[in-house]
Amino acid sequence: MRKKQSIFQLLSQKPWEPEQAKLDDLHDGETLNLSKGKLGLRFIMFVSTIFFCLFIVTYSDRMIYADWQQMPEPFMLWFNTLTLFISSSVFIYIQLSAKKNDFDKVKYGLIIIGFLALIFILGQLFVWNQLINLGYYVSTNPANAYFYVFTTLHGIHLLGGLFYWNITLRKVWYPKNVEINKSKHTIELCAIYWHFLLAVWVVLFGLMIFS
Amino acid sequence: MAADSYEDIAVDKGDVIPALEVPPQELYHAKSFWTKWIFCQDAKVIGIQYSITAIAIGLVALVLSWLMRLQLGFPELFPFLGAAEYYQFVTMHGMIMVIYLLTALFLGGFGNYLIPLMVGARDMVFPYVNMVSFWVYFLAVLVLVASFFVPGGPTGAGWTLYPPQAITSGTPGGDGLGIILMLISLSIFVVGFTMGGLNYVITILQARTRGMTLMRMPLTVWGIFTATVLALFAFPALIVSCIMMTLDNLLGTSFFMPAIVEFGEQTEYSGGSPILFQHLFWFFGHPEVYIVALPAFGIVSDLISVHARKNIFGYRMMVWAIVIIGGLSFVVWAHHMYVAGMNPWFGYFFATTTLIIAVPTAIKVYNWVITLWRGNIKLTIPMLFALGFIVTFVNGGITGLFLGNVIVDVPLSDTYFVVAHFHMVMGIAPVLVVFGAIYHWFPLITGRLLHEGMGRFHFWVTFLGSYAIYFPMHYLGFVGVPRRYFEMYDSEFMAVSTNYLNQFITVVALIVGFTQILFLYNIITSSKFGKKADKNPWKACSLEWRTPEVPPTHGNFGKELPVVHRWAYDYSVPGATDDFIPQDIPASQVPNAEVEKT
Amino acid sequence: MFVALLLVLVTLGSVAFHFWSPWWWTEVASNWGNIDGTIVLTFWVTGAVFVAVCLFMAYCVWKFQYDPNRKAEYKPENTKLEWILTIFTAVGVGALLAPGLIVWNKYVTVPEDVVDIEVMGQQWYWNYRLPGEDGILGLTDLRNITDDNPFGINLDDPNGLDDILIQADDLHVLIDQPIKVNLRSIDVLHDFYIPQFRAKMDMVPGVVTYYWFTPIRTGNFDILCMEYCGTGHYAMRGRVLVDELSDYEEWLSEQMTFEEMIASNGKTDLIKLALNKKGE
Repeated sequence: MRKKQSIFQLLSQKPWEPEQAKLDDLHDGETLNLSKGKLGLRFIMFVSTIFFCLFIVTYSDRMIYADWQQMPEPFMLWFNTLTLFISSSVFIYIQLSAKKNDFDKVKYGLIIIGFLALIFILGQLFVWNQLINLGYYVSTNPANAYFYVFTTLHGIHLLGGLFYWNITLRKVWYPKNVEINKSKHTIELCAIYWHFLLAVWVVLFGLMIFS
Repeated sequence: MAADSYEDIAVDKGDVIPALEVPPQELYHAKSFWTKWIFCQDAKVIGIQYSITAIAIGLVALVLSWLMRLQLGFPELFPFLGAAEYYQFVTMHGMIMVIYLLTALFLGGFGNYLIPLMVGARDMVFPYVNMVSFWVYFLAVLVLVASFFVPGGPTGAGWTLYPPQAITSGTPGGDGLGIILMLISLSIFVVGFTMGGLNYVITILQARTRGMTLMRMPLTVWGIFTATVLALFAFPALIVSCIMMTLDNLLGTSFFMPAIVEFGEQTEYSGGSPILFQHLFWFFGHPEVYIVALPAFGIVSDLISVHARKNIFGYRMMVWAIVIIGGLSFVVWAHHMYVAGMNPWFGYFFATTTLIIAVPTAIKVYNWVITLWRGNIKLTIPMLFALGFIVTFVNGGITGLFLGNVIVDVPLSDTYFVVAHFHMVMGIAPVLVVFGAIYHWFPLITGRLLHEGMGRFHFWVTFLGSYAIYFPMHYLGFVGVPRRYFEMYDSEFMAVSTNYLNQFITVVALIVGFTQILFLYNIITSSKFGKKADKNPWKACSLEWRTPEVPPTHGNFGKELPVVHRWAYDYSVPGATDDFIPQDIPASQVPNAEVEKT
Repeated sequence: MFVALLLVLVTLGSVAFHFWSPWWWTEVASNWGNIDGTIVLTFWVTGAVFVAVCLFMAYCVWKFQYDPNRKAEYKPENTKLEWILTIFTAVGVGALLAPGLIVWNKYVTVPEDVVDIEVMGQQWYWNYRLPGEDGILGLTDLRNITDDNPFGINLDDPNGLDDILIQADDLHVLIDQPIKVNLRSIDVLHDFYIPQFRAKMDMVPGVVTYYWFTPIRTGNFDILCMEYCGTGHYAMRGRVLVDELSDYEEWLSEQMTFEEMIASNGKTDLIKLALNKKGE
């Protein structure tokens, strides 16, 4: 049995009292109503959020120094952002299909996701190439340095996502080995992560454009 | 009822609430030597792997400290110790002790071994990730060790790695591979640690056994839990600063590097902020102190309670204090930077927050000593170490009040007072807890007791010796002797007698250091030939002693998980026959035990 | 018994060491004597707590030794006692903090009548610059640093020409004259500290930091670099000599201004450039 209680109520329990002991004996040992997988994913998203937040803090601190020079914003970046948006919407479609147990659509959806990720990464590399040709090297100005750092880190997060995407794809592709519920759970986790990637990118991109 | 007969009660399950219909956890089963001992997914084995690796690298740092002490005590005697080597030793000693030894040992070692056992789980929730976590940590240690063997040697930038100095040619290893390997090793460590932290937090939150509410957990688990949560906030700051400094070094960016003139040469850097690095570093670095201290607080609470045969006084206050200290540790970081050239107005704020943190910390100390009051104190070796911890920690804690108070810090910062303070409070104090914990849980891990005589000798030499090292060292700080000085030469402000004090400290440090070798010998021989221990030799209440087999086997709790019926501190309950009631004994089995309402 | 006795010995030994050790502050030579005051206050407050906690512990260890026939008291908590201790600690902490912040306020508030001087650190020695007759330090930029212009003084700032440059270990200051030291570094972090003056502050490249003090007795005092700055950190030493007026003026008259230094290097065109700016 698990009752909703605030953290303050929880921390003011007196575990040695007989009445409290009676309540506590019924506790099933879980604190939150979440699966381990979801909690784990939240945990990872939490850590990377802090990670990016700290970068953003240093960004805004560094920006006020005199040597900061604005970078050009290649049009391609908008295209890449659009790609991520499409990925996220495809994932919503996948989630809906998974709910209806329509795993063929899930399969196609996941393959499209893979393609979109590839396009995004190529697009980002293309932007890098463009900037380097224009003479915006990483050491030229801190603004450039942050751009390269942000895109790289976001890219690494995407690669991590692709690793999990691969696991998801396998689970969907060989459904015999795994229970359906489990693969649904995996799909959901993968989808959440993709939305997270979009959110991170939107924040970083917005930061670089509007500063 | 005889003391050991609780073993029989657990079998009789007449009126015990049955365990929940939890689907059995798919336990990992080792198939070969490699998966059983090397790439093992059992948290207990991983804990031991963490501990062995951490202690091994810690020994390197111990030897480095001897070399430093030799130079400081007898500067003329050792011509092979140059300034560059000295600074490299200082740096590596600090870095290894703080991060690769203490953090890894408390969270990776004790965390892995004790969390599942204490909360009544079969294993961590993600055993595979846990295994990877250890090997990533191991890789970080290897990279760290590798930096000793690259041209130019390891970095000599001080463990704080302040730029610009860390990556310029005036510092040993600053223009070579030394600093790069250090930064890479730290980044790897953070990645590995995050994987482990994922396990600790989610296991504690979600995988406890039936009846184990958060407020019934032993304080050890609370300490480790809070420390892990702190680490999740703090370590990203370390990795961010490592990434940015690596880029400054390798690619010539100017995140932290301002325009400088390096030995007469203008450099390409411009506009970066060295103070920004310090903020990031200490945003990690101060919580790091508590990442080491909180597990120690937790463990020592349990040691005192078990060996004083009395519940820990003010359990709730202890939990609150742990949580409050954890929270406050994120708003005090700049007290390391009072004289770093930041805006002086920060001084008021950070001095206030820093001194506020003394209040919950003091409450913990009071509660430890009040637990002793009207206890039934067994002066076992773990108890001795706990007492030693209190003396050392109180001493180190009150010198923290000197350094936290901004104006008092002005003359004392960067002197030996600081060195003495942090060695007392986060060096010796946690290490005494580590020793106490090893003496306490060794029978659980190996089924044997450590040798008593050697243990007592080890305690007295370590406690009195390290006190004799660090207590007088504060007074070097008052004189004004700066830290990180390879040699003092003749300085008018120093009396000649300060040199004698330095020599005394060196001699004692060597004695204490060699005693640790005796301790290792004790561990190695006792694990093979030590006296066989009873199943629950200290008569403790918490679940780790309630496994069907000692040492616990894979899966920890045999066929059925224990069901928890009481908090972890039911010692000397009035009316009960024995002076302890283990956590999985239901109230109906101890009919006369009555707890008054408070 | 033995354990309790040793705990008492450790406690009393610490107190005895404190009172009889020969190692203590150097005699103060600046106006920051009240920093010492805050330290002594902290000693009394925290020392009392240390002794009380340790002796209480020793007493418990002695009094409540294990006896199989006795049971320990069962007392999970005592809210009243815990609150009393909390408030007691909070008051103690407040008693340390309040005077500390008052002195800190003095430390960061520079009085009106100070004389600005500059100390510039570089690996691994000290340079000093005095403002000259106009009493104003010329502006500097690190990018200007060359062999002829070791301080990087801006040539288009006329206030820089009469600045007195001292590239030696020794700095002389005048007794009872409040001084604001402007701290600058051209390479890595350093920290300008004289034990007898108590004050210190890091020097950060790219930033000018400062603190102020008034020397109150004559003598020679060691300058130490207190922020680790590379292999030569320990050798980065210098000396401050606090002089009476006559000695100080004698020393001052021997020093070179920036203008004289450029002239002695035969770079008079630079001076013209600067003087033209002055005319504008």
